[in-house]
Amino acid sequence: MVATLQLTDVGVRYGKQEVLSGVTTPVLKGGEVTAVIGPNAAGKSSLFRRIAGLLDGPGVISIDDGTLQPSPGHVCYMPQDTSVNTVLTVYESILLARKQGAGRKVTDEDLEEVDGVLHSLQIEAISFKGLHELSGGQRQLVSLAQVLVRDPKILLLDEPTSALDLHRQVEVLALIRSLAKERGICVILAIHDLNQVLRVADRVMVIDAGTMVTCGPVETVITATLLQNIYKVEGRIEQCSRLCPHVIIDGPLGRA
Amino acid sequence: MAHSPAIAAPKGRGAYRVLVQRKKLVLLALSVVLALSVIADLGLGPARYTMREVVLALMGSPDVSLQISVVIWDIRMPVALMAVVVGAALSAAGAQMQTILNNPLASPFTLGISAAASFGASIALVFGVGILPWAIDYVVSINALLMAMAAALFIHFMSQKRGVTVETIVLLGITLVFTFNALLALVQYLASEQALSAVVFWTMGSLTRATWPKLAITTIVLAVSLPLFMRRAWALTALRLGEDKAASFGVNVRWLRLETMMIISLLAAVPVAFVGTIGFIGLVGPHIARMLVGEDQRYFLPASVLSGAAILSLTSVVSKSIVPGTIFPIGIITALVGVPFLFSLIMSSRRRSW
Repeated sequence: MVATLQLTDVGVRYGKQEVLSGVTTPVLKGGEVTAVIGPNAAGKSSLFRRIAGLLDGPGVISIDDGTLQPSPGHVCYMPQDTSVNTVLTVYESILLARKQGAGRKVTDEDLEEVDGVLHSLQIEAISFKGLHELSGGQRQLVSLAQVLVRDPKILLLDEPTSALDLHRQVEVLALIRSLAKERGICVILAIHDLNQVLRVADRVMVIDAGTMVTCGPVETVITATLLQNIYKVEGRIEQCSRLCPHVIIDGPLGRA
Repeated sequence: MAHSPAIAAPKGRGAYRVLVQRKKLVLLALSVVLALSVIADLGLGPARYTMREVVLALMGSPDVSLQISVVIWDIRMPVALMAVVVGAALSAAGAQMQTILNNPLASPFTLGISAAASFGASIALVFGVGILPWAIDYVVSINALLMAMAAALFIHFMSQKRGVTVETIVLLGITLVFTFNALLALVQYLASEQALSAVVFWTMGSLTRATWPKLAITTIVLAVSLPLFMRRAWALTALRLGEDKAASFGVNVRWLRLETMMIISLLAAVPVAFVGTIGFIGLVGPHIARMLVGEDQRYFLPASVLSGAAILSLTSVVSKSIVPGTIFPIGIITALVGVPFLFSLIMSSRRRSW
């Protein structure tokens, strides 16, 4: 059975301060990729943390038609990149992610999973490096490995490609998309590059100033009007010679 | 493991298994060092016995005189074993403090827990005031214990406040050290000459205060705490990836921290209450463990325990060997031996990370 996720009027409160409100989505199905876009500090990370169960707030988060409670067992959340100062190795850290909430003993299956994830992200070469020795991009790939190894039903990725080079970005997003399709994972990812959104996502959610502006199919949401209203830039969406839509930015609003 | 540049092209699980084997060997080696040190510790003392006599006495052989048996079993044995359990407890406490506070400088000594214990003990020694009035026999120890726990919990609750960083916690610990040292100085100033010497001797830390009951209590605390830590080994290791990530793995970070801090305060306070201030074990033990086996708690915690125990036991040997026939207070030796040792480790370690 593929996982489903639906948000109804979900918000986030820090104490009495409301930082996010009114997030409502249609039923997001396993296999689909939903991109969350919006300016910095719009509330994207808060939304992710709310869905992951790390923050409180109003609204209903319904997983598999409400039969499952949001829990780290099936909702896997990859926070934004933070540097760590630990001598844990890449391999140990991925195994560690795998063993959370599971039995203490490391089984052959656990190690096989870790090997598999390292292989699919092509980071076997850094398996036994310490986390503190990694570059920003490598850290991000390792973080991604840490969520993938947990066999998620719902995958929340907060800017998973922000530190990656172009080649890795394209590769990682393709991998995320194919994993979503193959394993029926419901993926939600925050990402800034709208052209990447056009390639990877089935659906886009726009968040601005603590509220959800819209949530719908990519081609209907990413428009010149969106660029103007949300990002304050002049731009257009045009088809390239291969008939793929592309976002072209002309300049800041009013100066183009 | 970053500590093995020899394995340049590791092949996943095979390489991982090799590294795990190596970690187990390190634990075994530490155990051997500890065992040898304990035997040496038993053999040394103001009365000189041959190794053969010591071994025979240990085996309960009727060939050795009763006097040797008594010295070995009733005088040296509690001291030697106390060195082991105190070293183990302080090192485990330091290891977990460093883990949950995410701070390489955290230890019972540097965060003021030992200073608090000294102050508590000094009140009892100078004024005869017990915080719990009915426990007359253990009044010094109980005062020290309660003050130490209060300091540990204070550190914990302050570290929970919003916006408190790693640096603030260290500063907070330093303020505690100064506060309790000032209070201790005040008590010493007001003390009679006799009480003063008792306080000074107490704060130096000495294993010669060990008795079988004290040894039993410390051992029980250790025996209860370590399995509790080990049961949470994966969660505690996850904390090293950052609070956010640990929480995203489903670790209840707040609860884990509180629970761990409670156990730490017992582990840190009980030894200090019984044998006085012994610094640096709680700092050096975990650092040695980290350099040897990394930060996977399944190996890091046992390695911390073993290295802490081995260091204190070895220090006990040293404290008896400097001037034959005299036992120096061990608190003096740990600092003098521990600091250069830690210094050399830091300077020789190429790794940037702690």
